[in-house]
Amino acid sequence: MISMNFVKDYIDLKDQDLEELANKVTKAGINVEHVINTKINNLVVGEVKTCINHPDSDHLHICTVDIGKEVIKIVCGAPNVKEGIKVIVALPGAVLPGNFEIKKGKIRGEESNGMICALFELGLEEKTEENYNKGIEILKEDAPVGMDAFEYLGKGDTLYDLDVHKHKNNDCRYHIGFAYEIGTIIGRKVTLPEASYKEIKESIKDNFKLDVKTENCTYYKSKMVTDLVVGESPDFIKNRLISCGMRPINNIVDISNYVMLEYGQPLHFFDKDKLGNEIVVRMAKDEEKVTTLDEEERTLTSDDIVITDGKKVVAIAGVMGALNTDVDNNTKTVLIESAIFNATNIRKTARRLNLRSEASLRYEKGLNFEYTDKALDRACYLLEKYASGKVLSDKVEYDNEEKKEKVVTFKTEKINSLLGLDLTDKDVEEQLKKLDFEYEIKDGSFKTIIPRRRLDIEENVNDIAEEIGRLYGYYNLKNTLPILPTKKGAYEHSIEFRKNISKRCRSLGLDETRTYSLVDQKSANMFYTDRETILIPKPMSSDRSALRKTMIPSMLDVIKYNKSRGLKDISIYEVSKVFYDDFKEENHLAIALYGNYISSKWQGINIKGDFYVLKGITEKILDYIGLKNRYSFVISDEESLHPGISADIMIDNKNKVGFLGRIHPKINKDDIYVLELSLDKIDVNVKPLKYKPASKFPSIKKDLAFVVPKTITSEEIEKAIKRAGSRLLTNIELFDLYEGENIGLDNKSLAYNLTFSSLERTLTDEEVTIVFNNIIKEVESKLDAKLRSN
Amino acid sequence: MNEKINALKKEIEEKLNEVKDINDLTEIKNTYLNKKGPVADLSNGLRDLSVDDKKTFGKALNDFKNDINSKIEELKNKFEEEELNKKLESEKIDISMPSMDIPVGSPAIVETIIEESEEFFIGMGYDILDGPEIELDKYNFEMLNLPKDHPARDAQDTYYLEGENLLLRSQTSPVQVRAMLKGEGKTPIRMLCPGKVYRREDINATHEQEFDQIEGLVIDKNISLSDLKGTIDAFVKYMYGENTETRFRPSYYPFTEPSVEIDMSCIYCDGSGCSMCKPKGWITICGAGMVHPNVLKMCGYDPEEWQGFAFGFGALRLAMLKYNMTDMRIIHENDLRETKNFDRKDVK
Repeated sequence: MISMNFVKDYIDLKDQDLEELANKVTKAGINVEHVINTKINNLVVGEVKTCINHPDSDHLHICTVDIGKEVIKIVCGAPNVKEGIKVIVALPGAVLPGNFEIKKGKIRGEESNGMICALFELGLEEKTEENYNKGIEILKEDAPVGMDAFEYLGKGDTLYDLDVHKHKNNDCRYHIGFAYEIGTIIGRKVTLPEASYKEIKESIKDNFKLDVKTENCTYYKSKMVTDLVVGESPDFIKNRLISCGMRPINNIVDISNYVMLEYGQPLHFFDKDKLGNEIVVRMAKDEEKVTTLDEEERTLTSDDIVITDGKKVVAIAGVMGALNTDVDNNTKTVLIESAIFNATNIRKTARRLNLRSEASLRYEKGLNFEYTDKALDRACYLLEKYASGKVLSDKVEYDNEEKKEKVVTFKTEKINSLLGLDLTDKDVEEQLKKLDFEYEIKDGSFKTIIPRRRLDIEENVNDIAEEIGRLYGYYNLKNTLPILPTKKGAYEHSIEFRKNISKRCRSLGLDETRTYSLVDQKSANMFYTDRETILIPKPMSSDRSALRKTMIPSMLDVIKYNKSRGLKDISIYEVSKVFYDDFKEENHLAIALYGNYISSKWQGINIKGDFYVLKGITEKILDYIGLKNRYSFVISDEESLHPGISADIMIDNKNKVGFLGRIHPKINKDDIYVLELSLDKIDVNVKPLKYKPASKFPSIKKDLAFVVPKTITSEEIEKAIKRAGSRLLTNIELFDLYEGENIGLDNKSLAYNLTFSSLERTLTDEEVTIVFNNIIKEVESKLDAKLRSN
Repeated sequence: MNEKINALKKEIEEKLNEVKDINDLTEIKNTYLNKKGPVADLSNGLRDLSVDDKKTFGKALNDFKNDINSKIEELKNKFEEEELNKKLESEKIDISMPSMDIPVGSPAIVETIIEESEEFFIGMGYDILDGPEIELDKYNFEMLNLPKDHPARDAQDTYYLEGENLLLRSQTSPVQVRAMLKGEGKTPIRMLCPGKVYRREDINATHEQEFDQIEGLVIDKNISLSDLKGTIDAFVKYMYGENTETRFRPSYYPFTEPSVEIDMSCIYCDGSGCSMCKPKGWITICGAGMVHPNVLKMCGYDPEEWQGFAFGFGALRLAMLKYNMTDMRIIHENDLRETKNFDRKDVK
């Protein structure tokens, strides 16, 4: 939160409309999310001219009040109202906290044209019994009648609520920096605040020493101020702290916060009498304990930077001071710490201790040593002025800070190329001036020096382009398209393969789903039990604690969800990654069928999504990617599938690529059929697509049926038929399955329709009969089969 | 002879006028036109005539026969037509009965938007690239200018899998890193990498733990921020209509410099503000910028010579805006009654 009253101390904004200025700031890159006006309108300083008791009341008064332009009549109930005092008058139209609007009216028959206010009624004090009894606020005698009362009180402020996450511009984290940002945008100079003070003879070096024992503290400066008088802060300090969301405590503590808001440099004040004569900055020891200002005992680690008095911890550096050296009402002498610590350490410590404070947040972003010095002087100045302090001469200091200047050399050409603009050298110069970047031009190149406070700017031309671009205004950029060679974009093979499978699934009537890859451990283990499940360290919840190696449990969940919403027929698929073992990942396809695959109830057509439908879908998918005749189905031993209704899918008779079947009733009682297939394993080389002529000659069809024991599979018979069928046999179609007492209960009859044809000629009955007889012989001899005669 | 013909003609015509159905017609045909019937008798009678008479009466007789035959044929057609119409009438069905529900699958809602985006960028010459979901910290963060202690990592709340080196990718940017490494600092790049990413988030209407990003990268010698602006503007117009406007706002990402956030004009209101737009009239849809020189360098491209832009969309967000959805959780619910609506082509 930025207080514009604060900013106005460093830059002249008298002629600026602050709403409009906020828009300019936003356009230049720092998003002002809200402009908040804390001012109440229609409040003026008035002088009570006359005050008499109300004839119809025992406590009301009728007053005439001079408000500059005129004298008005007001009925007032406060016990402390009297003739001759200066007061705050709310005129008709003023809206007080609680949406209470002042209107003209009559009180017990007497006209009243406003209200004389107490501070709590204006929201400037808490509404306590004490404040209530105090009555109306009596202003100082010299308060100018007719002046805007909020301005007189110094209370009216405009606050900018900045979105601090979406930019890195360091200038918006403190008021002087923000003044620079505004100065850049509207082209105005910034004046730094007064920081001069007298020093007494006594030197800090006489009885104090500093020892920095860790490289995580690069800069440490201290001054000592004595003879302090602890009291309340002046109003302007209190008001600004409140505007920025900080609670005023006392002048000493408030000054440290005030300077932090000015320069972005957090300060820490130690009570010198409690501290002793030495400061040692070092890393904490593991398990070292300290009680912080909030009276909590904290346990430290060796990654925390601490300030010690040589023995005990007196502050967790950059995060919070310890109770043992805090400033209290009796503090006479303080040691001011203005230092730079390693940003990462501070961030980690603050996070671990859950102590992210205004100070730690600023350390996290990094600090500029020039302001570390300035903040120290500014604090001395304020302590001298507002806490009667006397500043000891000299500093104790430690300085190991890298001070190399950031220099960027660039040509206007590169800026134009990055932004897509046609700026001239002159345009660039103008922007650099606005930015307050020093520069020189040599051989057509700019050499700029980045001001130290711009910690966010790196030594590269892109950062300069960004600064120039944002000032030029991104809204002024043209819409152009890259000029590049024409080419067609293409899917990488693996993606295209998955897309093809996915589209095929949709054309086969399956709806696509999106389910989570993170599942509970039980689900992760439903299939692929020979693979190791990858567990998530520190999971957010147990139902999202493992990476799935099978997608089937997720599919079952989708069926459950939709079933509970009244759906009866569900056919779904998903293509996704699964994960296993030592962080392997594999692309999988999962399908689940529940209820009817096709149905038309009134026609009595109900084709259930069963094993054979799923097998058909599988074949259509595999055919589509060119695997026709290369896959087979064998009995599966997947434990989560029905042992009698399940199959493994094989490619080239040797590689198991997936499985399908009915889900085991011990897992799900519903009649659900599932498939899971490794897409990576079926993404194999296949023959390119070629034209295959159909026979132009008539074909000969012949039927036959075999009685076989039930243990013999249809596939075995088909294979035998094919073996004996020679090239003339072009199609086999199973058209009947019969089981009945008359052929023996252990037997079944399978009837086939065989098609014989040739691409070259019309076949003769004789040659087909020979082949047909060979088929019968082959099946009967190789299998326990008998030709069934009608 | 003439009289005989005329008499027979009259007789047959009278009979034909009384015919009621195909059976009557068959009977007449059988009675008069068979080999021994009256017409045949007349033909036989020609034999006894003189050559001239034969000629005269032969023609008359032929005309008579043709006339009768065509009349019979005509009637036959008429009866057959009537018969067919009757049959067709009896076969009439109620076409208002429900159809057979032909199974056709629908894409997941978010897949619809991804495919549409891919279509646009493929047309602009972008390749669609793939990458692993379990990534190295190096590719997910370090080479994107996010060293180990970078504060921006805190915000991303990443799922680490093993120590601090292996993670579930929190963005699809590592696919870009891989593409640049493959390009070895020599090849221009135009790519899109849609895919799933993972974050430790509390799931609510606008936050998911698993969601799809659509990121793109273009690297060449003279690619500018204005090119990025034009590209995104064209995409937004393709996706949300020709009247949609875009604007850039300066922003910050570690992997781009300058960085921008891109807003599109609100598609739900006239710019006066509604529940969908923030700030008023604008909807943020994309984070983007010029690839940071450090990223180029780490990935093998000399920033003096090469430059380019990168952008990232949330696929879910694009979908929510396009289809007017307000809750992200819908995607993972997979309510098929809702996804079924996406079984259609969208209009442009």
